[in-house]
Parts: sequence; C-alpha cells; structure tokens
Amino acid sequence: MRDLSLHILDIAENSITAGAKKIVIRIAEDEEKDVYSISVEDDGPGMDDKMRSKVEDPFFTTNGKKKFGLGLPLLKQAALECDGQFNVRSGTGEGTTIFASFKRSHIDRKPLGDIGSTMLALICGHPQTRYILFYEKDGFRYGFDTDALTESLEGMPVNIPEVLMSIRNSINESVGGRDRSKPAAGVPDCANRQKEMKRNRRKSVE
Amino acid sequence: MPKLSVDDLKRIKEQYESTFNLRQGGYRAKVTVHMGTCGIAAGARAVMNSLVEELAKTTARDVIVTAAGCGGICSKEPMATVEILGAAPVKYVHLDAEKIKRIFREHIEQGNIVEEYALVVGKETSY
Repeated sequence: MRDLSLHILDIAENSITAGAKKIVIRIAEDEEKDVYSISVEDDGPGMDDKMRSKVEDPFFTTNGKKKFGLGLPLLKQAALECDGQFNVRSGTGEGTTIFASFKRSHIDRKPLGDIGSTMLALICGHPQTRYILFYEKDGFRYGFDTDALTESLEGMPVNIPEVLMSIRNSINESVGGRDRSKPAAGVPDCANRQKEMKRNRRKSVE
Repeated sequence: MPKLSVDDLKRIKEQYESTFNLRQGGYRAKVTVHMGTCGIAAGARAVMNSLVEELAKTTARDVIVTAAGCGGICSKEPMATVEILGAAPVKYVHLDAEKIKRIFREHIEQGNIVEEYALVVGKETSY
C-alpha cells in the first residue's frame, strides 16, 4: 500500500464484507504531539475473542479460497514501523474498530494520499452503506456523511458518476489541501543524496 | 459537511433527469472491480476512479459499477469482470486507468471484447 487512504479503503472493504451498514472513518493529525492516527469503526457483527486474536496473523483469513489475509497485518506493520500503535477492538454483536497511529514526523510514515478517491471507490462499490468521514488537524475539523448528502440529493441515487466525482473533489479540496505533511526538519533529502552519490561515483570512475 | 454547493447538485439533478428515461430499462452492463487487499495494492482504486470518470463523460446510464473482494488470482490484479446482459462475463486482468477506458469504449459501449486484456470468457472459479 502506497498511502494511508489505500489502507483505509482496504479496512473498510473488510467491514462491508462482514456486513456493516455504517462505517465511520476518523483521520486525526496532531502536530504538537507528533501523532497521525486513523481508525475505521463499523457496526458489523463483530468478532469473538478467539477470532480477534487471530486477525493480526497474516495466515488467517475468513475467505475459504485463499490461505492468507494481509490487509490488517500490512497496516499493523506500517504503524509499528513508524513508532505507532495498532489495535483491534471488537466483540460479538458490538461491531469492530481498527485503530492505527503513527509518529507523524517519522520518515517512513506514509502520506494520507487520495482520500477522495477512496471514498469514491467505497460509495460506488457499495452505495447502500452509510459512510461518515471525520478529518481533524490542529483545530480544523471536517466531516462528511452520506446520509446528510442523500437528503440534499432529493431522491437521486448517490452512486451516479457526477455525484461521485463531486464528492471526491469536495473531500480532496477540504482534506487534501491540508495534508501537506513533509518529513520533519533535519531528515536528509534522500533523492538528492542518491543523485550526489551517483555523481561522485561517476567522478571516481573517470 | 461536504462543500458540495446547491448549484452543483441542481445542475447534476437536471442532467440526471434528462437522462432518466434511459435508465428505466434497468442495467444493461455491470462492471465489477475486484477490491481485495491485493487489488487495492495493485491499483484497483485508480481503475474504478477512471471508470467513473469515463462514465460521467457519456450519457450511458445503463452501466452499473460495483466492487467485490479478492478474485482469487492476486498476481493478475487489478482485475475487473464485465457482464453484458445476455452475454457471458469477461474477466480482465492487469488493468490500469487507461486500459479500463479502452474496455469501456470498446466492450461496454460497442460490445467488442478487448481480447488483449481479457483472461477468460465465461464463468470460472479459482480455488
């Protein structure tokens, strides 16, 4: 996965497969505490303790066709690599919440990426589910709710291309513009360093 | 709340109503984009976005785009299955944003299967 919005899409797809009717996605960025966190909460059937303890295992899956399930392990790995935390809260009949946090300034912390496209793919693929998105950054708050949107659509389905595209664009305008996270100061500029090393090598050959 | 303006919605609604009659007959074509972990990592989201953009450009309102889980052939992701009413479903593999546009134009709009990108025609399940 190249960015966090792809992880979010992946985890939300799990919720839908499990039978969730409502999915709440939370993205929070705290510059002061240096934390970047994402969570996906659903109202699906939830998992018992036995299953909950297995989902972080890459060789566990509920899909009978294959022998592995990498979605959660990949997110866990991404979070732990960035000095973050990962946890799965769930209980039978209580829904499931997947939480992952990252050290915001960590050089390996993936950017949020195209969250608007993620929402487009979710709504287009499963329009009957209700999606709520919260984005929070240092006092700025943004919220999106497909139920509120349905009201203003006056009977028009939410999954027609024009509506989907304006949802994507308005989310990206509001959220994407604020997520200009760069590596922290003092982190070496890798691309330029590689070029420099190449140049030096060429010089020494000559 | 989303910054979708009322004007935007009105405009979309007018467009939608003008093409509504075309929808009455139900859906003629269904495209399923496989969105398992493997598909997403390989670029299924871009494929779906590209398809929606292409759909918005036309007045074809009888095409439904939906998502499914892992198709069982992770190494050939991103994949999509195109089902035209009355014809056998076609599974396309190794897609990207440009390939799906061509499939939309040639297969969904004109009914010619894009053999170059197709893996299999007809129902097949991999276990």
